[in-house]
Amino acid sequence: MSKSNLTRRGLLRNSAIAGAGIAMPTIFTASSAAAYTNEPTGSSVTLGFNVPQTGPYADEGSDELLAQQLAVEHLNGEGDGGCLNTFTSKALKGNGILGKKVEFVTGDTQTKSDAARASAKSMIEKDGAIMINGGSSSGVAVAVQGLCQEAGVIFMAGLTHANDTTGKDRKANGFRHFFNAYMSGAALAPVLANEMGKDRRAYHLTADYNWGWTQEESIVASTEALGWETVNTVKTPLASTDFSSYITPVLNSGADVLVLNHYGGNMVNSLSNAIQFDLLSKQVNGKDFKIVVPLYSELMAAGAGENIKGVLGSMNYNWQLDNEGSKQFVKSFGEKYGKPPSNSAQTCYAQVLLYADACERAGTFNPCGVVEALEGFEFDGLGNGPTLYRAEDHQCFKDVLVVRGAQNPTNAYDTLEIVEITPVDQVTYAPNHPMFGGDDATLGECNPGA
Amino acid sequence: MLGLNKKDFNLLLIVMALALLAPFLLNPFPSDSGLAQFNAGYPDLMQKFVIFGIFAIGFNILFGLTGYLSFGHAAFLGVGSYSCVWMFKLLGYNVLPGIMLSVVTSGIFAYLIGIVSLRRSGIYFSILTLAFAQMSFALAYSVLSNPKFNLTNGETGLQVYADDPQIFHSASAPDLPHLFGLSMRATEKLQIGAWEFQFNAGYYLCAIIMIAMFYLSIRIFRSPFGMMLRAIKSNNTRMNYTGLNARPYTLAAFVISGMYAGLAGGLLSAMDPLAGAERMQWTASGEVVLMTILGGAGTLIGPVLGSGLIKYFENIFSKINSTVLHNWFSFLPEGLEDLMVTLIYPFVGKGWHLTLGVMFMLIVIFLPGGLVEGGQRVKRLFKRRKSSDTDDEATQSTPAE
Repeated sequence: MSKSNLTRRGLLRNSAIAGAGIAMPTIFTASSAAAYTNEPTGSSVTLGFNVPQTGPYADEGSDELLAQQLAVEHLNGEGDGGCLNTFTSKALKGNGILGKKVEFVTGDTQTKSDAARASAKSMIEKDGAIMINGGSSSGVAVAVQGLCQEAGVIFMAGLTHANDTTGKDRKANGFRHFFNAYMSGAALAPVLANEMGKDRRAYHLTADYNWGWTQEESIVASTEALGWETVNTVKTPLASTDFSSYITPVLNSGADVLVLNHYGGNMVNSLSNAIQFDLLSKQVNGKDFKIVVPLYSELMAAGAGENIKGVLGSMNYNWQLDNEGSKQFVKSFGEKYGKPPSNSAQTCYAQVLLYADACERAGTFNPCGVVEALEGFEFDGLGNGPTLYRAEDHQCFKDVLVVRGAQNPTNAYDTLEIVEITPVDQVTYAPNHPMFGGDDATLGECNPGA
Repeated sequence: MLGLNKKDFNLLLIVMALALLAPFLLNPFPSDSGLAQFNAGYPDLMQKFVIFGIFAIGFNILFGLTGYLSFGHAAFLGVGSYSCVWMFKLLGYNVLPGIMLSVVTSGIFAYLIGIVSLRRSGIYFSILTLAFAQMSFALAYSVLSNPKFNLTNGETGLQVYADDPQIFHSASAPDLPHLFGLSMRATEKLQIGAWEFQFNAGYYLCAIIMIAMFYLSIRIFRSPFGMMLRAIKSNNTRMNYTGLNARPYTLAAFVISGMYAGLAGGLLSAMDPLAGAERMQWTASGEVVLMTILGGAGTLIGPVLGSGLIKYFENIFSKINSTVLHNWFSFLPEGLEDLMVTLIYPFVGKGWHLTLGVMFMLIVIFLPGGLVEGGQRVKRLFKRRKSSDTDDEATQSTPAE
C-alpha cells in the first residue's frame, strides 16, 4: 500500500517541480487524519519552551527554563509536587497530562522576533510541540503568539509587559499570566501620590520601542490623573549604554521626578547614571528629587546593586509574598536550585500548570477545548492569590505588587521590599480600553490547525 | 545545454537534485531514534536553507567577483521583507506581488546606497555600507515606527492585521500567504517505515526560485560582464589606466546582489508573514559574509553550502540541551556521564556560536577556499590514487583568496 502511495506522490511532486503543481492547489490541502495540529498519539506529549538563552535577557531566560523544568517534574509526579498541592483546581493528578507523560524541547529566542519564530516553528514542525511557553520580551511574545495562532497551537506567554500582547495584538490561541504596563501605572499611582504628593513634575526617559511607548503612555495617563505634570518625555535608543547625556537636561528642566521606562541592562545603566549625577540628593521646587522604575525584576535589582535603594517600582510576583501557593513554590524551587525564584520564573511555572490543568479539565489537547477551559477560569494557589483569566482578552487579573529597593538587604535575594499589594479591582480595565486597541481589537477565532 | 558548458550544467543538475530531494536528504534518521535530533528536514529549516542560499549567491556576485566586501547587505534583506509584508497588508496574501515588489524596492535601495558607497573601495566601502545598514536598522527599529507614521512596526515586527485593506483578498483564499490558493504552509507528509518526510509547498516555491537564481548566477559568472567584474577585483588601477570606467560595472553588480538579497527577504516574509528589524542588524550582514567565506567566496556552489552549514548549526545545535546530552550518555557510569556532559555542553545549546567560531577558524586557516576547496582536495586525493601522475586542474572556478 505504501508503495503505491509513494509512486503517486512522487509523481505529484515531480509535476509540482515542473511548475504544473501550482495549478493544482488541492493536492497539498491537509490530508492528515489528525483533528488538530500535533495531536499526541503516543504515550507522551511534548511542550515547547522557547526562552532567550543568549542576548540581553539571557538571565531571565535561564530562570524561566529552570521553572519550566520544575513544572514538568511536578506534572509527571516527580519531586514534591509543588503547587499541585495548593492549586485550587484538583484536575491534575501528577501522572502527566491526560495520562500522557510530559516531555519538553527547548529553544533559544535570542530576544529577536525572527529567531524566536524560527525556533518555535522548529518545535512545532519537527518536535511536534503542542504548546509553546516562554519569552522575555513583548516583541517576541507578539511575534510568537501570531505564529502559534497561524499554526494552531496554544501560546502561553512568559514575561511580556507591553499592553499590546493582550491589547491590539491579542490572539485567541494566546494567553498571558504576567501583568501589563497599564496595571503598573494603576498600581503605582496611589503609592506615588502617597509618598511624593500630588503636585509633582515628572520627566520620562523611555526605551524607544513598542514596550517603552505603551509603558510611558500608561504611566503618563495615571500620574496626570493624580494631578502630576509631565515636563518632558525623551526616547532613548535601545542600544544605548551611557545615558549621561540624557540625564543632564533633567536637572535643568525643573522636573522633580524621573521616570525610567527602561528594562534589563538599559535600566541598570540609566539608573546608575542618574545616581552618579547625584539626582537623589537634589532638591527641586522645594521637594526631594525621586526616581521611579515602573517595571522591576529581581535580576535588574541585583544588577543595579546599591543604586536601587528607595527606588519605587511594580512587579507581578515576589518570592517574599506570604500565601500558601507562593510558600510552596519558593520551597520547591529553592530546594532544587538553591535560590528563590524570580518574577519571570514564577509566571512561566504558573503558565505550564495552567495549560496542563486546562487540558485535563477540557479532556483534550485540542487548542479550542483548551481555550474554552481557560477563558473565564478563576483559580488560586499558584502564588499570586485569587486570579481570573479574562475571556475577552486572555489576560490574567490579580493583585499587583508595588516594591521598593530595600534599604538594608540582609542577603543577596531580598534586594526588594514589598510596599503595597494593590488589589485587583484597582488595576482592572475594560477589554475595549483605548490603550488596548479599543473596539477594533478582537481575539479572532481559535485555530486548531490541521 | 541552456547556454552552459558541460561542467556548469552538471553543477546545476547537482544543485537541482540537492534542492528538490532535500526532504529525503535532510531526514536520514528514523523519526523515533535518538539521532532524529540531527534531522533537518522540516519545512521551516529547509526554507531557511534555500532562502539564505539565494542571499549568499547574490552576495557572492558582489564579493566573489568584484572583491567589494559589503558589510551592509542585511539592509536589502530587510527592505525586501518589509515590502513583501506591505503587499500582504494592502493587496492580500498572494505572494507574487510581494516578492516582485521586494526585488524592485531593494534594487532601488541598492542603487541609492551604491552610488554613494562605491565612491570608495576597500575598507572604506565596507564601513560605508555598514553605516547605511545600521542607519536602516535604526530607522526601522524606532524612527519609522512611531505612532504617527508607522511604516515598520518597530520591535514587534510588521505583520498583517485583520483590519488591513487587503483589497484583493477573497473569502475563499487561505488567510495565510498563498500562491493562487496554494498555501505556503501546506505540507504533505510521507511515512515510509520509521521515516517521515515532509513536502512543503512553500519550500518547493523557494527551491525553484533558488535554482533559477543559481542558473542566473552561473550565467553572470561566465558572461563578459562577469569577466569585467573579475578584472576589477584583480587590478582596478590598471583598469582605470586603460581608460575603462569601472564604476558602472561595480554599481551594476551591487544592484544585482542587492536585488538577490531583496528577493531572499521577500521570500522570508512570504514563508512567514512577519518582518522584524533584526533582519537588518549588522550581525545579519556579518552572517552572510561568514556564509560566503565558509563555503568558498568566488565559487558558484560555495555560498549555498556555507549558508546551509550556518543555518544547520543555528537551528539544530542550539536545540541540544543538557537533558538531551544526559540521554545520550546515560549508558556511561554516573561520574563519566556527568563528565562527558560537562565537556560537551559548552559547545552545544546556547554555546553553538562557539562551535561555529571554532569551525570557522579551522576552515579559514586550513581551507582558505572554504568547503569547496575541501571538496576539491578530497577529490584530488581520490584522483591521485587512481592515476598517479595526471595533472588535474581544479574542477570549479578558482576560489578567491
